[in-house]
Amino acid sequence: MSADRPTRNQIQFGVFFQGVNFSTIWTEPESGSQTDFESFRRVAQTAERGLFSAFFLGEGLRLREHLGRLHDLDVAGRPDAQTQLAALAAVTSKIGLVATQNATYNDPFDLAHRLQSLDLLSGGRAAWNIVTTDNAWTGANFRRGGYLDHADRYTHAEQVVETVRAVWDSWDSDDRAHLVARDFGAFDVRGLGRLPRSAQEHPVLFQAGDSDEGRDFAARSAEVIFSAHGLFEPAKAFAEDIRRRTVAAGRPADDLKIFPGQQFVLAETDAEARDKAIWVREKQITPATALAFLENIWGTSLAAYDPDGPLPDIDPVVEVTGETRGAGFRAKKTKETADAWREQAAAENLSIREFVFKVGGRLEGGIIGSYQTVADLLARYADEHVVDGFNVSPYLIPTGLDDIVDRLVPELQERGVYPTEYRGDTLREHLGLRAPLTRRGADADPSRQTPSFDLV
Amino acid sequence: MTASPFSLAVELDGVGAHPGGSHGLDAHELLSPSRLAAGVRAAERAGFTAATFADSPLSSGIDAIQRASFAAPQTSALGLIPVAHSVYSEPFHVATQLATVDFASYGRAGWIVGVDADPRIAVEYGREAVGPEHATAVATDAVEVARRLWDSWEDDAVIRDATTWRYLDRAKVHYIDFEGASFSVKGPSIIPRPPQGQLPVFADASSGVVGDVALVTSSAEATVAAARESGAALVWLELEVALDHAGLPGAERVDRLDGVTPWAREGFGRYVGDAAGLVDLLTELAGQFDGVRMHPAVLAEDLEELGRAVLPELRRLGVHTPPVVGSTLRESIGLPASVNRYASKASA
Ligand SMILES: Cc1cc2nc3c(=O)[nH]c(=O)nc-3n(C[C@H](O)[C@H](O)[C@H](O)COP(=O)(O)O)c2cc1C
Repeated sequence: MSADRPTRNQIQFGVFFQGVNFSTIWTEPESGSQTDFESFRRVAQTAERGLFSAFFLGEGLRLREHLGRLHDLDVAGRPDAQTQLAALAAVTSKIGLVATQNATYNDPFDLAHRLQSLDLLSGGRAAWNIVTTDNAWTGANFRRGGYLDHADRYTHAEQVVETVRAVWDSWDSDDRAHLVARDFGAFDVRGLGRLPRSAQEHPVLFQAGDSDEGRDFAARSAEVIFSAHGLFEPAKAFAEDIRRRTVAAGRPADDLKIFPGQQFVLAETDAEARDKAIWVREKQITPATALAFLENIWGTSLAAYDPDGPLPDIDPVVEVTGETRGAGFRAKKTKETADAWREQAAAENLSIREFVFKVGGRLEGGIIGSYQTVADLLARYADEHVVDGFNVSPYLIPTGLDDIVDRLVPELQERGVYPTEYRGDTLREHLGLRAPLTRRGADADPSRQTPSFDLV
Repeated sequence: MTASPFSLAVELDGVGAHPGGSHGLDAHELLSPSRLAAGVRAAERAGFTAATFADSPLSSGIDAIQRASFAAPQTSALGLIPVAHSVYSEPFHVATQLATVDFASYGRAGWIVGVDADPRIAVEYGREAVGPEHATAVATDAVEVARRLWDSWEDDAVIRDATTWRYLDRAKVHYIDFEGASFSVKGPSIIPRPPQGQLPVFADASSGVVGDVALVTSSAEATVAAARESGAALVWLELEVALDHAGLPGAERVDRLDGVTPWAREGFGRYVGDAAGLVDLLTELAGQFDGVRMHPAVLAEDLEELGRAVLPELRRLGVHTPPVVGSTLRESIGLPASVNRYASKASA
């Protein structure tokens, strides 16, 4: 890029290979396998060609259910995040590799070791997206079962993060390991770190959780926040909130980067993009998916209702939505919700499906337009530093990134708001992050704290 | 001769089996991904059936499942068999991680069940230590959980039926409802049935855990007979090797390294000598075992000799055949296709 152009603030992209949800379109000829390694390789390599900072995998530790049975409408089944990223580390060389990992149902030492393994295998490109699903329904797959109260999810997560960091820090400069011991109440752990630190010292810490507690936790402990607020005004408000919390936690405001998850629908012209967005929406929210969306609140089958007719006149059969079954809702008051929805649908004359397009669709929060329009919009995000980047969520796998990389990225580069090369070799470098929080001061050397051991 | 093919595997941990070999290397050199990549490529080039990756929650080293996964896209025929701990780890995680390696390798993954009850591992996981006599039972439960989870999706569970908008046929996905003495697991798996259906499970015969393949350390008739009677379909022998290399006799190479750190006897057989002698030994062992897993003294040197003078000769003699691109590990080692325990009678 020309050196005389004044440097503009930039944004970056990550890609979220979503898997399990309704926004991945699986019905089309170009919809690839959700488990075949080639799908993952293709997306990761396309993202790397587009200089994306990170490739991101989600996690769900129990197969989703709907009305007490396995949910059969959406993509289901995906590989273990870290194991898959270890394979992708072999076919990529720059892109960051982010694994969503639950802090409740992973054992702290094992988790620390696997993340550090991925970090070393990838040459310092690993990250952990910390999530806190705590329900007993998920716990039924694990030894401790539902041992954690929902209210304690972040207290526990924070303790896990602190422990994991202590394990990562436990090798001194002579490669001797120092004992780490922590009491979690429900259990306590004690052991030695098993690996040296990578080229980026620690895996980068992402956080994805939107409650007040979640935001404060991110402000204290995370380095990147994977947010749900991608539209300009909400993203701006979110950034202000997060930066305020970050400073309150005693950190520089830019110490916590913000990457909303975001769907993009792009085409040659704005009009074509709008048509395409309608197509995408109809593929995502099938008549069956629209009914299932309401059934989450009603708590019973609505198969007797016409998706193209009005909202059900019966009342929900449950008082609150059940404990999360992977659906993304939690304990909403169902009658209130149903009444409000019926009122809105009647006022706007919407059928069930039209209503769900409106309130349940990802596209209401999608960025839709021609390559130029969207590039101009994203330049505004960059100029006003509303986000540090977007976690692009493609609606088609594995081709969903192609137009972003081939068409949008060059437009952004031309405007000087997108990188033209990787800044370094590690994810920490790509993101412009400082040293890990525990590696900044005198505390960084564990040798003064605990006795050391030679590993077997 | 047994009816199954004769398999040859190589253990790729670190720089080799001889502890003197790592002298002078720092942790980063020992753990370097390029060393690992070079090892698996050399093993595949040499014609080995499979590579194995040692691991223990008490030792330094990169997670073995991740090493196997990292090796997957860099190889195309080699079996990839990590050790994964089973006594204190979460069976659900281990099963899905192994299934993921099987997907990443298009059906070339296996599992060596780590059965170590050491109380230091228990405290790492924050769990109650179990005695060695209990460890077999817990590990056996962990294997059972993995097997049920791998079967919990029938092969044709993903239907992508655009007329009813159903991605999944829920009748073909099953809760496993495992209830064991120390844990229960509901299921189903969060990943579809792996390409092999069931990954080949390997276990030390002495651990008491019965897998598809028993690993034994002795060629005594009684040991081999006991391993076969235990129910394992195949029996492989563990063998340490140090070959003549670059003008130095194997014995002298071992002596020199012993001067740095002595090579303790693990109870494995050990062959030290020239390539021709190892060819004779393996030819003889092929009559008694379904496979041999070799532990080379120094990978960089012994793997070169094995690939140059041992495996090609065994191939010429018809004793061993390298795995074929596109084959699964089950096929390469001579296990029959797996049958899904949950597959409905109607679709069977
Ligand atoms: C954008 C976004 C992505 C998320 N992805 C996952 C995921 O892949 N797996 C998971 O278990 N939870 C995921 N979560 C859930 C959160 O991490 C968190 O556990 C949940 O939102 C409850 O925390 P909260 O009360 O702070 O929102 C995600 C949340 C957000 C906002």
